[in-house]
Amino acid sequence: MASEAVASAPSGVGSKKIESELMKSRVAAAMWFLLPMLAALAIVAGWPLLRTIYFSFTDTSLQNLYGGKFVGFKNYFGWTTLKSGRTLFSGLLVDPSWWNAVWNTVRFAVVSVALETVAGLIVALVLNAEFRGRGIVRAAILIPWAIPTIVSAKMWAWMLNDQFGMINDILLNLGLISTKIAWAASADTAMTAVLIVDVWKTTPFMALLILAGLQMVPRDVYEAARIDGVHPIKVFFKVTLPLIRPALMVAVIFRLLDAMRIFDLIYVLTPNSSATKTMSVISRENLFDFDKFAYGSAQSTLLFLIIAVMTALYIWIGKVRFDGGDR
Amino acid sequence: MKLKSLIAGLLAGATLGIIAAQAADLAIVSGDTGNGLAFLRSQLDRFEADTGNKVTIVPMPSSTTDQFGQYKLWLAAGNADIDVYQTDVIWAPQLADQFVDLAAAAKDVVADHFPSIVESQTVNGKLVALPAFTDAPALYYRKDLLEKYGKSVPKTWPELAATAKEIQDAERAAGKADIQGFVFQGNAYEGLTCDALEWVKSYGGGQIIEADGSISINNPQAVAALEQAKSWIGTISPEGVLSYQEEESRGVWQLGNAVFMRNWPYAYQLGNGDDSAVKGLFDVAPLPAGEGEGARSAATLGGWNIAVSKYSKNQDEAVKLALFLASKDVQKERALKQSNLPTIVSLYDDADIAANQPIIPRWKDVFLNAVPRPSAPAKVKYNEVSSLFWSAVHDTLSGNGTAAENLEVLEAKLTELKGDAW
Repeated sequence: MASEAVASAPSGVGSKKIESELMKSRVAAAMWFLLPMLAALAIVAGWPLLRTIYFSFTDTSLQNLYGGKFVGFKNYFGWTTLKSGRTLFSGLLVDPSWWNAVWNTVRFAVVSVALETVAGLIVALVLNAEFRGRGIVRAAILIPWAIPTIVSAKMWAWMLNDQFGMINDILLNLGLISTKIAWAASADTAMTAVLIVDVWKTTPFMALLILAGLQMVPRDVYEAARIDGVHPIKVFFKVTLPLIRPALMVAVIFRLLDAMRIFDLIYVLTPNSSATKTMSVISRENLFDFDKFAYGSAQSTLLFLIIAVMTALYIWIGKVRFDGGDR
Repeated sequence: MKLKSLIAGLLAGATLGIIAAQAADLAIVSGDTGNGLAFLRSQLDRFEADTGNKVTIVPMPSSTTDQFGQYKLWLAAGNADIDVYQTDVIWAPQLADQFVDLAAAAKDVVADHFPSIVESQTVNGKLVALPAFTDAPALYYRKDLLEKYGKSVPKTWPELAATAKEIQDAERAAGKADIQGFVFQGNAYEGLTCDALEWVKSYGGGQIIEADGSISINNPQAVAALEQAKSWIGTISPEGVLSYQEEESRGVWQLGNAVFMRNWPYAYQLGNGDDSAVKGLFDVAPLPAGEGEGARSAATLGGWNIAVSKYSKNQDEAVKLALFLASKDVQKERALKQSNLPTIVSLYDDADIAANQPIIPRWKDVFLNAVPRPSAPAKVKYNEVSSLFWSAVHDTLSGNGTAAENLEVLEAKLTELKGDAW
């Protein structure tokens, strides 16, 4: 017995040791596999980000990228007191055009993602049902997502054009409007035009992610609900929605991040006016069009911070988990 | 055997490489509109045949604002892929450091050009770019429609508005639902700065920033000019004009859907093309004047120039190309085929041009009274000045604040931007 215990004890210890050694070498191997990806990330994302943040504290100009002097927070906030005693504030934090761009971006992101989520959900539910030709429809619905944004923006710009556009022509012939509407040009409708195109373009993406979630829902849950005679609408809210919630939350955060940095669609579709200028548009303008590289860097930095805070809040409040589990 | 053929192949490759090194591969950027790119290609083919060089055109968006952003980025990065740039007349002070000084190479021909244009391309004694053609807009009007309604060519903006309204309403009542009174460039970009500077100047409201650097834009005449323009939107001009650049307004015009258009000379040749609905039905006149003290007709000075990047690996060949594109020969071709205005004084008396493009000699006077944009006094800050100005105008036109309010804010912003000095 004693010998048995003695014999078994070391073997038990030994196997644990072997397991942890195995684990260690596995972790080490995993690190090696991760290394190229981490290095690539550091080069293409980490370094530019740090450099942009650095630029935002200097007076760098595009003509002289390496000669910028450190100026502290002046690009963000600064003030000068005039001889008359009046104090003038300057910098990004008191720049109304910047806050207008922030407001435009947030408004666009919230409205577009909300519309796309609802539309995507409906499309996904339809595609989840079994019908003939489902494979073809699933592929076809992805087309708007596959078209490059510049191309679809230009295409829509022509369709929405006030003089030659077919949308005005259709609405006019149907008697829905009495005069042609300058969709993209007029300050009142420009944001609506952007929303229409963005919803058209990204609903397929939403639908695809939600569809993946829907396919994970076990069939027997529905069978049980049907046997119990639960109303289909109640089934959707009590069964389907909670079960696809993790997939839905992840899809929403992807779209939200995308929407917060929208640039190409607005840049191509609408005139460069304050009605639709977003954070990305305004920071590009300062970086390259104007002689204000450092100020544009400050805007990019703030854009990054705003998105980071929003994402953190969303994950924390929504208790999102990225491993597919719920809560 | 295999080795031999390998060596032969290598030798052949090396010889080809040497030939290619002697005859340079050049790249030129161009954001030309209409059939400008095809014309440029035809001229480059001549250059290739003469010199053995190969020239590739890199097409760019037609908006000068978009082009400038891209070029600035390339030049800041020291990009060697582009050898020759087509530059807008306003860019010289902002990009002077990035281009080769052409003064020595062009010393024999520079005196042939209008001195004011050469002056605009000279920064601190350095000739930044060679003029390729100049631009001054005019009022395009429909001869047939003015005749039909017994109207004369308007001399002032209010006259234009009244004539346009009358003809537009009558034509619409007669079944032409799509007809517009007046189209121009109202998108928020450099083109709007050109259009609006003409309105302001024609009302005697100065030129935003005067040559001595003082900010003059906030004055009653400028307010009157913008209020006049505001009154066109939705009456004689479609609301969509707020997103029009040159090509969109030409599109409406060339389909026969506008009574008047403000545009550059290039639209003349295209408007008389075989596919044009207004072929032979229109003519051009100087832009209308404003009203009040100092009112006059004003045309913003435009024009394009050829510059050589200092990062080019084939600077000598690139300079040759620049000289070729600015030469009298090419400018004459350009005038005949593209109705672009030459920058070489003697071409205005050229018999061929007078016979084939009768508008060009007539343009000499328009051009001599042209207004420069304030790129010289505003120096590197010009782009931001222009952007602030076009934003204020665009806001006014789209009903976002009155002209007086927006110009007051503009003055404050310009003063802040100016700081101690431009």
